[in-house]
Amino acid sequence: MPQTVLETLAAGLLGFFTAGWSVLAGADLGLGMVLPYLARGPHERRLAVAAVVPFFLGSEVWLVAAAGVFTGCFTVLEGELFQGHAMVLIPLLAGWMLRDTGLWWHVNGQPRGGRRGGLALGDWLVTGGSWAVALSWGWLLAGLFAGTPGHAAGGFPAALTALGVAALFAAHGLAFGALRLTGGPRERARRLTVRALGPRRALAVTGLAMAVLPPAAGARLPLAESAVTEPVLGLLVPALLAVLPLLLAAQVWMWRSFTRRPWRPVPPSAGGAPASSAGSPAPAADPPPPDDSTLVLRQDRKEGDS
Amino acid sequence: MDPQTLDLARWQFALTAAGHFLFVSLTLGLAPVLACVQTWAVFSGAEVHGRMVRFWGLLYVVNYAVGIVTGIVMEFQFGMAWSGLGHYAGGLFGASLAMETVVAFFVESTFLGLWIFGWNRFGKWVHLGLLWVVTLTAYVSAYWILVTNGFLNNPVGYRSSSDGAGGGGGIELDSSWAVLTNPSTLLAFFHIFGGALLTAAVFMAGVSAYHLFKRSPAHELFRKSLRIGVYLAVPALFLTAALGGVQLASLAGVQPVKLAVFQGQESEVARLQAESAAQFGAGDYVPSTALTRGGAIVMLLVFALLLHVCLPGAVLAAFSKAVHRFRAWHVVLMALVPLPYVAMTAGWVFREAGRQPWVIQGLLKTEDAVSQLSAGQMRTSLAVFGTLFALLLVLNWWLLLRTAARGPGDPLLGRDEREPDGGGGDGHGGHGHGDGLGHGDGRGAGAAGGTGAGGQLPVWSL
Ligand code: HDD
Ligand code: HEM
Ligand code: HEM
Repeated sequence: MPQTVLETLAAGLLGFFTAGWSVLAGADLGLGMVLPYLARGPHERRLAVAAVVPFFLGSEVWLVAAAGVFTGCFTVLEGELFQGHAMVLIPLLAGWMLRDTGLWWHVNGQPRGGRRGGLALGDWLVTGGSWAVALSWGWLLAGLFAGTPGHAAGGFPAALTALGVAALFAAHGLAFGALRLTGGPRERARRLTVRALGPRRALAVTGLAMAVLPPAAGARLPLAESAVTEPVLGLLVPALLAVLPLLLAAQVWMWRSFTRRPWRPVPPSAGGAPASSAGSPAPAADPPPPDDSTLVLRQDRKEGDS
Repeated sequence: MDPQTLDLARWQFALTAAGHFLFVSLTLGLAPVLACVQTWAVFSGAEVHGRMVRFWGLLYVVNYAVGIVTGIVMEFQFGMAWSGLGHYAGGLFGASLAMETVVAFFVESTFLGLWIFGWNRFGKWVHLGLLWVVTLTAYVSAYWILVTNGFLNNPVGYRSSSDGAGGGGGIELDSSWAVLTNPSTLLAFFHIFGGALLTAAVFMAGVSAYHLFKRSPAHELFRKSLRIGVYLAVPALFLTAALGGVQLASLAGVQPVKLAVFQGQESEVARLQAESAAQFGAGDYVPSTALTRGGAIVMLLVFALLLHVCLPGAVLAAFSKAVHRFRAWHVVLMALVPLPYVAMTAGWVFREAGRQPWVIQGLLKTEDAVSQLSAGQMRTSLAVFGTLFALLLVLNWWLLLRTAARGPGDPLLGRDEREPDGGGGDGHGGHGHGDGLGHGDGRGAGAAGGTGAGGQLPVWSL
């Protein structure tokens, strides 16, 4: 393949992985950002976290892949961008680490803490980490929009872009939550997503915006001039393209496997607001689940969307 | 180059890589063991094997998950702190990282999620297949990262490139086959494979010994696990040592200074220093003796120690009575758990510190590879990631030990959400739920008794 075709393909791969991360991981990051608003009390927060936890591993790896493609195909530019944006990447990575730690903490049967309904440490990690990632990502995009890969954007426009991008993440998370969640959190998410659109369309709109944003910013990068040369690119790009269908198939499989909503009939502390078991087909008089932090995943098809 | 930035960047890389590798060692070792146990469980259908998969699987998942988080930082660190490497080696350097992320990690992460959260959702064969995919991709990723690292230690398959454009202006790929079959990569891969198996074996033996020491009711599970650990440790040790011997021999051709420093042959070191100075210009071409030699000696000492404990151990393990009742031996096994980690880290220090002052042996000096960051930026980065890595390590070990101590009674993994109530109800009536409080602590004591509950465990929990 001629170099120009390879370059275009490589740029396309980079854009594709980044956009994929933005849409997929944006949903769980956004949900994490609005977690304190959506989910009141430890029980609801567990529910909300349960909604994202089967996906987040498979979603965040899109950005790892994007970074890999960037390193492999545009090595010098990647060095320039990452070096110039070190102060942006540090909070991004730190936030990412903290968010993941919070989520894993949940998975491992953690956090209690907020017995009185306050946020436990794990929840703080999820929410704070998600905000850090979204804001730093916005800041990074601001640098790309400004056309200065070599150094981070500054000043008012950068702050505005960062906030705007973070708001988009939150909106995307809400739209995702309106579809994925159940009970009180779902109601609260629906209240905030555009009523007129219906949750499916709202998610389509935010998803589209999330998908378009990174390639739009990346279009200003001097990608063509900085691609690595033929011997490497000629091996790398076809190899990456060859495995792409496999990767996509695995992802589709993952998303299809976990489409049920997390559901649980009785809130752990009877004092709290009753979690809505509306629409659940489960027999009502089941004995209580084995322990309070156990979330039950149920087929929950009746609860239609929109 | 600002020498302070250089030192900080080296510290950051060394600490984060070593931190990352503490996770990697156990992940890589436990993955194939777990895959074999699950295969065994699927074939035998025995309930105890199923519980073994759940118990060790949960420990594996905890370690894996936190390991991923540290790996992500490594990925970005190259561009952030070592952009000179990309500049010089261009596509050659980045390509294996790209292959690693896309071909290995992508599949690995997706399938790991499927395995963890898909416990009762897939048939047992599919679920077993998922774990094998995760295991294989973990090794594929280890291979690709070692292609990068092997190239740094023994650059092969390149030619110098004339055009500076995208190529990096330094070197470019000449023979991908040579790069992929670099002996420095392949030998390290198998040496690490042995070391990782050893880590997992000693870990399994230690945790099992703890439970047998405590006279945990789940003694059948831990008797079997202890034997797996003790029996696996011996071949793992021999594999590691055999490959290590070959590596040592190959160093003579690849990095003679490293070898000479390790062997303490001062005249040889002086000769090589003079030779390098003549070839590359004045400068210090001898790696730190303390780190290089120290790393190698620690690695070898740990090997010798483990060999002397594991060989008699393999004999002891044949006697049920010893496995159950020999409490002094249990204590020894518990005490061994940190040793493979020490050897793994020391081995890396030997390999990486012994490469100095080169980042790519004979081609690019470390000081020319570091990014043009200010010392302040580097310090921020080191402080942030140093702290986070330290916290993650503590968290990981706290979770691992807590989960390990809790025993197999009520594993979070693989609860069956199809029977959310029944499965839990009869088997686990023993410990207090329904009181609306956290379960973490109640579980430890109560759960061990409930091991009879067997196959039908409820949902994964959060
Ligand atoms: C010999 C093995 C080995 C070595 C030397 C390294 N790693 Fe690693 N890495 C793994 C073996 C591994 C693994 C076993 O595949 C991990 C450990 C835990 C995990 O999830 O996968 C992993 C995870 C992991 C991840 C997360 C992957 C994901 O999202 O699934 C990234 C991005 C990296 N690593 C990157 C690196 C970089 C840039 C390294 C260079 C110094 C490095 N690793 C050294
Ligand atoms: C296989 C993947 C690895 C790659 C590509 C790699 C590459 C590097 C690079 C680029 C540096 C900084 C430049 C230098 O000082 O030479 C470095 C230094 C270092 N790395 Fe690695 N490394 C890898 C794995 C590891 C691991 C797993 C450890 C675990 C202990 C480790 C230990 C060190 C140490 C101790 C240094 C500092 C050496 C010094 O500056 O004296 N490396 N390595
Ligand atoms: C407890 C057992 C051991 C463990 C866990 C261990 C671990 C390691 C690790 C992780 C490395 C760095 C990666 C690599 O180059 O492969 C290493 C390097 C090395 N090990 Fe070991 N090792 C052990 C025993 C041995 C023994 C018995 C020998 C020699 C007979 C040996 C010889 C070497 C050599 C020569 C290197 C450096 C290779 C190089 O720099 O290219 N190791 N070891």
